[in-house]
This record gives sequence, structure tokens and C-alpha cells, in this order.
Amino acid sequence: MSNAYHIVVCGSVVPDPLQTLEPIETPSGPALKNEMLLPAVLDPWAAHALYEAANLGAHAPGSKVWLVSLGAKAKLQQVMMTIAQKVSFELVPIDGPAGGFSDAHASAAILAEAIQSITGLDRSRLLLFGGWESASRGAGVTMQLIGERLGILDQFQGVDRLTVQPDGAFEILERIEGGRHQVSLCQGPPALLGWATGNLPEPRNNPQIGMANMRAIMPALQRAKAAAPGAEAIRYRSASPPKQQRQTRIEKNLSAEEIAREIVAWIEKS
Amino acid sequence: MTPESPEPAANFERQQMEVDIACVGFGPAVGGFLTTLSRSLLNPDGSPKLESGCLPGFPLQVICYERADGLGFGVSGAVTRGRGIRASFPGLDLAKIPMAAPVKEERLVYLLDPAGASQRSWALRAGDKLIRALGSFLGCREHALEVPLIPSFLQKHDGFVMSLGQFNQWVGEQLTSSGLLQIWPSTPVTAPLIEDRAVKGIRLADQGTALDGTPQEGFLPGMDVRAALTVVGDGPVGAVGRSIDAHFGLPAGHVHSEWALGMKMVIELREDSGLETGTVLHTFGFPEPEIFGFLYVHPDRMASVGIFVPSWFRSPVRTAYRYLQHFVLHPYIWRYLQGGTLKSWGAKSLQESGRRGEPFLVGNGYARIGEGSGSTNVLSGSGVDEAWTTGAQLAEAVVELLEKKLPFTRQNLEDTYVRRRRASWVDRESRVAADSRNGFPQGLLSGLFGMALAGFTGGRVVIPPPSSRKKGASLEERCGTRIPPAELQKLKDEAAERSLPLHDQIMNRCGWPEIPFDGKLLVSQQDALLTGGSVQAPPGYANHVVFLRPDVCRNCEPKLCVEMCSGQAISRGESGVPQFDREKCIFCGACLWNCRADEAGEPANVDLRAGAGGLHSALN
Repeated sequence: MSNAYHIVVCGSVVPDPLQTLEPIETPSGPALKNEMLLPAVLDPWAAHALYEAANLGAHAPGSKVWLVSLGAKAKLQQVMMTIAQKVSFELVPIDGPAGGFSDAHASAAILAEAIQSITGLDRSRLLLFGGWESASRGAGVTMQLIGERLGILDQFQGVDRLTVQPDGAFEILERIEGGRHQVSLCQGPPALLGWATGNLPEPRNNPQIGMANMRAIMPALQRAKAAAPGAEAIRYRSASPPKQQRQTRIEKNLSAEEIAREIVAWIEKS
Repeated sequence: MTPESPEPAANFERQQMEVDIACVGFGPAVGGFLTTLSRSLLNPDGSPKLESGCLPGFPLQVICYERADGLGFGVSGAVTRGRGIRASFPGLDLAKIPMAAPVKEERLVYLLDPAGASQRSWALRAGDKLIRALGSFLGCREHALEVPLIPSFLQKHDGFVMSLGQFNQWVGEQLTSSGLLQIWPSTPVTAPLIEDRAVKGIRLADQGTALDGTPQEGFLPGMDVRAALTVVGDGPVGAVGRSIDAHFGLPAGHVHSEWALGMKMVIELREDSGLETGTVLHTFGFPEPEIFGFLYVHPDRMASVGIFVPSWFRSPVRTAYRYLQHFVLHPYIWRYLQGGTLKSWGAKSLQESGRRGEPFLVGNGYARIGEGSGSTNVLSGSGVDEAWTTGAQLAEAVVELLEKKLPFTRQNLEDTYVRRRRASWVDRESRVAADSRNGFPQGLLSGLFGMALAGFTGGRVVIPPPSSRKKGASLEERCGTRIPPAELQKLKDEAAERSLPLHDQIMNRCGWPEIPFDGKLLVSQQDALLTGGSVQAPPGYANHVVFLRPDVCRNCEPKLCVEMCSGQAISRGESGVPQFDREKCIFCGACLWNCRADEAGEPANVDLRAGAGGLHSALN
């Protein structure tokens, strides 16, 4: 039997965290101010999962990677222009709101249904990847709920490394308290991995990959099904951004140790 | 084949890709080109109307590469009459474009100097005295005089304000949703591929290099994208456009002598600012007589506020950021902006030579559109719509040639694109504007007179161009009697010792008040760099600003590249050679035209190469 995997990555689009994000109250609940004006990015947690998926797939000939993404079609399209040059994948887009104030159960139901409808997906080879957390104000439970709906029992969260053993089993490192990892062994697919940051750098932009990806991505986007994960079951009493303050100093000549010492002193003083 | 740039990684095999049309840069010109072209790519039944030459049976393969991280990053707010844009989008609903609104009110305002620190000629000082003396009669208030009539050639009454970033984003979304063409941000283009005096495509930037371009782990040599037609729309300081200029030269008598740095803030106004959406202010006279200012009010209490620092502002003290803050603090402007919040900030170089800086518009295998092709109208102060229109004209020409199955030769492009452009309002109005700014190097009054002369006579009567264009006066010349030579020398020595630019010390000494930082709207320049998406410098790319001959820089004083750098990315190096920090560079390009080496008969000593990153705000 070949070691080829069918890797499905769940990844939503989120407002670019480098922009100024300002929560506001709207008649339909909390939202971000001018959210449609803000550029979008693939959720950074999910992006790590995608890069790990592509890397794993590249080392297992015959593997295939799908990216299942729920988001406003215009934003999905925008994000594809950034990530489609990085790794090869097939997009399964779902046109709908991707805000973090939607109900994780409703989002999970939609995503699970989309995964089940992927033509040619072999459950015995299935690895379900996603972000352990989310930058979209989500609760970080969606992956777990998708796994439950798909009946995937082997679930790992906060994953930093997956190593394929000679017998095809996986050694998986999950983050635990104190900066340490829990090491698990898993027989193989099907499994669900909620990735932390992993260890891979962001892949370079490769125009040939981009051209090849886009030939399938744009038709897929045009066929994207609409979905509306509701949030009727949830009532948000309040929403507020993290308290932040910024003191800027550009320092080029200090060593990392000196900078760390200064930061520690500053934290102790605060 | 000659890639027109240094070759740090010559021994690596490069991937190649073939397309029909490769576009460089995604601004309004390429937006106009792709919008117009995309409408001719398919038949009503969905079959390809224009077939690919490189991929037979498929639609035309069109690709566009943009340096910035997003299609809406790194550009500027604008007011435009939008004639060309409206022609492309009949019945354009501005409400669909975020931050766009029709012009509701337009004012031209002469700003007096409340600080008494700007350097004004005796004639201007006399005029200021007269205005102040007749203040109530003339309607002078808040140290400003609203000019009762705006010359017709300056008016934008029938136009609209917009954020060029949001406009580009809107155009880009529509283009890519068609699936007919591809636009790739975060992809800098290093150089054109030139072979037998024809442009055969473009070379993308190497990735995975050290700052000096040396290949590192994960090195990916930039791909060669071969194309039947290369559309050059990378703006006035783009690496491809400048390479083509360097290779083929400029038409006889054409020069790139006039520039300006446009620097602006995007500000969220307080609730009761008193400014209505669609308000447009044009100002002149302050913070220095040579510096023009603007304020455009977008929907939802957002405003673009900025200044233009022109190349004929000969002061070596050229800190646009500090001048912008003084502009914001002018009583006439501050009454609107007080209580506002800085949301974003940015700067870019403007090619102000207009038609006199027009390069060869076409050649074998390539065509130039937009600002880099000299389309900006320097009399009306309009560039976006002109750029868009030149792109649309090229697209019409390309469709005509493809339908006739004619190649993209210089002659064929002359007969189609250049012919359209010459017959259009863009060219007609640029001829009127060509010499309209000749008077400014002699001062504000002669400059304004020259503009009026050209504007009201349709360009038939103009002030002759200046015989020489010195970039900067010496500090001694500029400071005159304000700072005694010994004190000036001390300030220079201190700045050199601390590797700091001189401008703050000089401005303080000349009477400019300190900026009262409030952490909200008035922030340090370093904090501005971190506002609204901040400045990004993705790893793995070489430094894109390079000082070619260190000895030339070492002996150059004052170092205008340091003084004018918008992001404080260029500083005085310890050895006297400027040092560059790409993490602060916003690709404004001011270093390029502020290099003084050419004054000494040397070729320019700053090379601005293709690079990734830059401004990362969608509000610009």
C-alpha cells in the first residue's frame, strides 16, 4: 500500500492582523469596524497547517492537498492571490461569513459537509489539518467539532511536529504547559491535527505553482456554494480588543540578551 | 539576452514560463489596461475570443506582477475628475468603492505662516503683510485666505475623492473574479529581458538571498517570464521602467528633471469636525512657499491630508514628515483635524516632468502606460485618471492587433496605442501642461504666474525652462543669516557624530516650533511607520537601495538622500556612506531623485532595485 495521503486543510480567511482592528457593535451583534475594507489573509494558524500539509504531501508521492475555506468569496479570492503561489492545493471554497462571532458548531457542520462532498476523497488516507487556534476571534474548537462530525477519533491539538515512522505510524508532538511537548504515537490516517506554529518557514512564492493552482481555483471560486453559519444560539454580552500599549524604540546594536533583559525589567516594573 | 540589472546569482538555472502578456505593477494604469482587455477575452458563449499564442486553444494568457503585499497597499488618496474611469464604468456607483465620494465642495487656500519660520521671498512677505492688513476685507481668517475663484484647469468639481488603495482593491477583485487573468502581489520584478533591442519578458526577483543578494538556504532564482508583450506600468521609480529608459534612452529633449514627494496621513476626523464628505482643499504657501498641501474628505469621517515637496524646493532641509506635521498644525487645517486619529500614513514620488519626461512609449515587445510613461498632467495636478486612460488605450490597441493577428512590434504599437493616445484628451491636455511649471524654480510667484499663463493660453505662452536645475542649495546658503556659520558647523558636526539627519536641529533653530506629540494624531515618525499596517520587509530578499560608489557618497554634503528619506530608512553611516534599513523603506523612491551625484557630472549613485514589502495599509 502506498503512503499517499489525502490531506484536507481547513482554513478560514481573517482580517489582516497587521491592520488596525476595531470591534464595534452592530444590530446583528459584534463585528469589526470596516471589516470589508480590511485586507484578508489566510488565518495564520491554518496557514501553518497548509504548509505542513504541502510538505508532508511532497514527501509522500501520490498525496493530494485540499484547502477547505469558508469566507466571503471576494476575500477568498484576494487571499488566494497571496497563498496560491506558495504550495500546490485544490481549493474547496464556501461562500459565507467568516467572522469569529459565528457559531463554531454551525461552521463545523458546514465544513464537515463540504469535506464529505469532496470527490475521490479516501477516508483511509485522510488527514484533517487545521489551526489549533484562530486569529478570527473564534474559540478554537471548530476543528475538534469537524473531527467529531466526521467520526475521526485520533485528534491532536497544538501540534508542532509530525514525523512519519518507517512503519507508516505518526509521531506527533503536541504543546503542553511549560514549553514542553507531549509525544504521541498514532497508527496513521485517519487523524485530525490542529497545528500550532509547526517548524516550517513560509514557502517562497513560485509563479509556476501559482499559475497551475489558479487554473483550478478560479473556476472553483465561481462555483462556490453559499452557506450562512448562524449565531442564533449565541448571545455576546460584550466584546473588547485586548488592551495594548506600544512604546517604540528602534535598536540595532543591542544583543538579544540585552534586549531580553530590558524587556524583563520593563515587565517587572509595569 | 540581457537582464538589465546586476546578476548576483548568475550561475543558477532559472525557471522559465511563457505567457502572452506580462504586466509589471498594479496601479491605475494597469487596472485600466486589464479592465478593458478582460472585456474582450471571451465570446458571449464563453469560448476564447482572443486565443493564446503560447498555449494554443486556451484564452490569452495574461499575468500581472505587483511588488506590494496586496493590490491596495502602498498607494495614495486622490481627487480625480474620473473621466477615463467613468468611461470604463458607465453609470459608476461610487458607493460600491470604499472611501469614494463625489466632490461636494472645493476650496483653494493660501496659507500664511503663523510661525514666522518659513523661508519667504521679500515679495511674498510684502504680499503676506498686505493680506494681513486687509484681513477682514479680504476674508482672511485662521492665517489663511480662501481664493475666491479656482482656475478652470485646476477644478475637480465634477470628480470624486477616493482612496487609491481601495479603488485598486475594488478593480482587482473584479478582474480576478472573472478568472480570465492573474494578478500576483508580493512579486517584485527585477528587470526586463532585452534581446536584440526587443523586450522579451521580465525577470522576477530572486528569493532566499542575503541582504547583499548572495544566495542563502532556500534560494529560489527569480523566474524568467517570457511574453509577447510586456506592459510596463511600474510607476516613476519602477525597476523595469527605469531599466528600459537606461537601455533605450529618452526621446531627444525629454528629461526626468521634475519630481515631488507626496506624503500624507489618513485621519479619522472627530465627530464634529465640520468637514463634509466630498470636501476638497488645495493649499499653497505653507509650511514653505514651495510646498503644496491637500485635504480630501472621504465617507465615514476619514480624510486624506498631505503635502507635496517638489524637487525645486532647494532646501537641503527636506524632511517631509516634519513639514507635514506643521501643515496639519496650521490653524486653518488644525481646527478640522484636532481630536482626529492617525489611521495610516504613506509617501510616494511623483514624476512631475509630465509630457517633458515622456519616455519612448513603445518598442518591440513592450509598451509604457501610466505615470512612468509621462501621463501625469502637471498643470491640473491630475494623474490617476490619465494613467487609467492610457492603460485602457493600450488595451484597445492590443485587442486590435490580436484580432488582426499582428505582432507587438514598435511600429504596430505606434500605429495603434500611440495613435490613440495622441488623439485623446490625455495627450492634448498634457501638451498644454508641458511647460506650465517652468516658473517654479524661480519662486512661488513666478511659478503661479507661469501656471496661469500656460493654463489660460492653452499652453501657447509659457515661461521658458530654467537653464539649470540644481537640486539643493548648500546649508550655508539656505540658513543665510538665521544661523551663524560657526553654529551651523557645530550642528553639522553633532549630526555627523550621532549619525542623525540635520533637519530637525536646523528647523528648530530656524524658529519652527517643536511638534506637540499627542500619541494619537501627532506621533513620531517611527510610530507613524508602525501605524495602519506598518511597513513590511519580508525576509529572503536583497537590499533594494544600493549606494553604488561609496567614495562619491562619502564626500557628498548635505546628503539629501538621508534628509529626504520618507521612512528614515537611510541614515548617515559611520564612514560617511549612507546605510540602508529595508525594514523601514516604503519604496517612496525619493532617494533616487535626491542623489546629487549627477550635479557633479557623475551618474546617479543610488540604485533603487526591485524589492518586496513596503507599506502595508489598505487605507492609503
